[in-house]
Amino acid sequence: MATFGNLTDRLVDTFKNLRGKGKLSPADVDGTVREIRRALLDADVSLDVVKDFTSKVRERALGDEVSKALNPAQQVVQIVNDELVAILGGEARRIQFSKNPPTVIMLAGLQGAGKTTLAGKLAKWLAKENHTPLLVAADLQRPNAVTQLKVVGEQAGVPVFAPEPGNVGAEDAAPSRGFFGGTVGNPVKVAKDAMKFARDKQYDVVIVDTAGRLGVDQELMKQAADIRKAIDPDEVFFVIDAMIGQDAVATAKAFQEGVDFTAVVLTKLDGDARGGAALSVASVTGRPIIFASTGEGLDDFEPFYPDRMASRILDL
Amino acid sequence: FARKTIDDATWDDLEDALITADFGPDLTESIVAELRASVRRFNTTDPADLRRMLRETLEERLSTLDPTLHLSNRPAVVLVVGVNGVGKTTTIGKFAKFLGNYGRSVIVGAADTFRAAAVEQLATWAERGGAAIQRPQQQGQDPASVAFQTVERAQREGIEIVLIDTAGRLQTKSGLMDELGKIKRVVEKQTEIAEVLLVLDATTGQNGLAQAQAFIEHAGVTGLVLTKLDGSAKGGFVLSVQEKTGIPIKLVGQGEGIGDLTGFTPHVFVTNLIG
Ligand SMILES: Nc1nc2c(ncn2[C@@H]2O[C@H](COP(=O)(O)OP(=O)(O)OP(=O)(O)O)[C@@H](O)[C@H]2O)c(=O)[nH]1
Ligand SMILES: Nc1nc2c(ncn2[C@@H]2O[C@H](COP(=O)(O)OP(=O)(O)OP(=O)(O)O)[C@@H](O)[C@H]2O)c(=O)[nH]1
Ligand SMILES: [K+]
Ligand SMILES: [Mg+2]
Ligand SMILES: [Mg+2]
Repeated sequence: MATFGNLTDRLVDTFKNLRGKGKLSPADVDGTVREIRRALLDADVSLDVVKDFTSKVRERALGDEVSKALNPAQQVVQIVNDELVAILGGEARRIQFSKNPPTVIMLAGLQGAGKTTLAGKLAKWLAKENHTPLLVAADLQRPNAVTQLKVVGEQAGVPVFAPEPGNVGAEDAAPSRGFFGGTVGNPVKVAKDAMKFARDKQYDVVIVDTAGRLGVDQELMKQAADIRKAIDPDEVFFVIDAMIGQDAVATAKAFQEGVDFTAVVLTKLDGDARGGAALSVASVTGRPIIFASTGEGLDDFEPFYPDRMASRILDL
Repeated sequence: FARKTIDDATWDDLEDALITADFGPDLTESIVAELRASVRRFNTTDPADLRRMLRETLEERLSTLDPTLHLSNRPAVVLVVGVNGVGKTTTIGKFAKFLGNYGRSVIVGAADTFRAAAVEQLATWAERGGAAIQRPQQQGQDPASVAFQTVERAQREGIEIVLIDTAGRLQTKSGLMDELGKIKRVVEKQTEIAEVLLVLDATTGQNGLAQAQAFIEHAGVTGLVLTKLDGSAKGGFVLSVQEKTGIPIKLVGQGEGIGDLTGFTPHVFVTNLIG
């Protein structure tokens, strides 16, 4: 989307005519709020979140801190930025390790979001931190997902528990494909067996890759809930593509209701998507964002920094 | 639109509905302005009229481009491109089946030599779609050379349609975009390319336009494929993509099954958008 200068420039414009008027009137801040609204919508922040957010900012913009500021535009940007950071979460959160190993991490999200790649990234990083992770191939749905995880595991130098080959035959035998489905094996059982395997072999972290699923797919959502029930994970990461648009909220809510999650991972942040989904998901679910995934390589991920994300969303 | 007459709240609802469907703030504004003018011109206060006008304007705007696939070359080479995870490989499997249903012979080329198990994934889809497959002959082979070998084999064996799978790449990565240009140039030396299909994920927001512009520049896109329309995302961003780039939507994916691919019908798309 063509941006005509960044938000600061645009806000400077809306304040141009207001100099020396003392306290700003509601009409004065209208233009400002409209610019903020547009900037957030261009960044794919969901509409409801934008509405909430702009009304909060509007209130603060009408207060003394802005009208008394030397540079009201900058002051408003500062307010917007602070409010964004507050929603995105103050400090970077860390993985909660179980006092009673293994620590179990389950990954869930839409198709193609970057779960399997993230599984490899987490595994490689944890191994470097002197953990002994085990990857679990519980996506028996996407063709060759199991093979993909095996390759990723090899790249990460981490073993993969993969008792079922998954959906690889000439006939699509995925569980969701009706009467003849379900012959590819049961991901709930795979996850459960993985727990026993991990305890026996004393792996200290178990990372469970699951199939991509839509928020509206109740059957597969229930399957994810069943996997969760079977393994009682310490962390469930909801993996979401930074390019997602207004659907972020519906999808995040569906996963929260369907499986629930403890934290969010935002992927594909190496692109130029502004990533408004970060704001939508954090504010709608109240769950913190824990990692940013920034590339296809297994080292391409980092803790999530709310302040960087705020600047990115605002195009500052 | 549950109201009795068109009032401010009606317009707010309309605007919200368009934003929520990912049309984006600019296009939403222009559609709302157009509809306000129509409502004035026809002097109506009935929300049902407004709804009809909305449907008409969206269908009209979406119908200005020709969605026909041009596959009459022999072989007809189709390059499938797009950012990571949008559904390229899956679309190729479905498309192979779709073409097979019309009696066409198909070969798929595994020119994604990068992603873990991408070749195996494509091989499974080829099998389901009844297509032959050209695999890389060594690990990490240059994707352009896999594409070349696929086309060569189609020419030799008289296979009618060639579908080339490429690795996902973000449009901001210039090295990877150049690689795509190279694949295209290598194939163009063998034969004219019939279609370059850019796959866009319906869950995408305003970044979809940047994707389209970059892939058009580097790969000469001739058609769009919109995937994952079976979810709750509406994919409204494709209207601005169509309008700003002049590239039509040619195929629509709505599921992970082999049969979940259709042509693009503005009427159906709009019904999914606004009910
Ligand atoms: N550029 C970029 N690509 C990524 C990132 N994370 C994953 N990918 C790519 O996105 C595509 C999909 O990644 P996967 O890990 O297979 O996604 P998934 O969620 O497991 O997909 P399904 O199992 O099909 O639901 C692949 O091409 C990955 O290489 C990232 O942070 N940046
Ligand atoms: N629900 C739904 N899922 C889809 C659709 N098309 C593809 N998928 C799923 O999306 C995920 C990614 O699909 P792929 O075909 O691997 O995507 P890709 O673009 O080839 O991915 P990369 O090669 O990694 O860039 C898989 O889980 C597919 O099953 C669709 O129309 N609807
Ligand atoms: K996606
Ligand atoms: Mg996966
Ligand atoms: Mg692929």
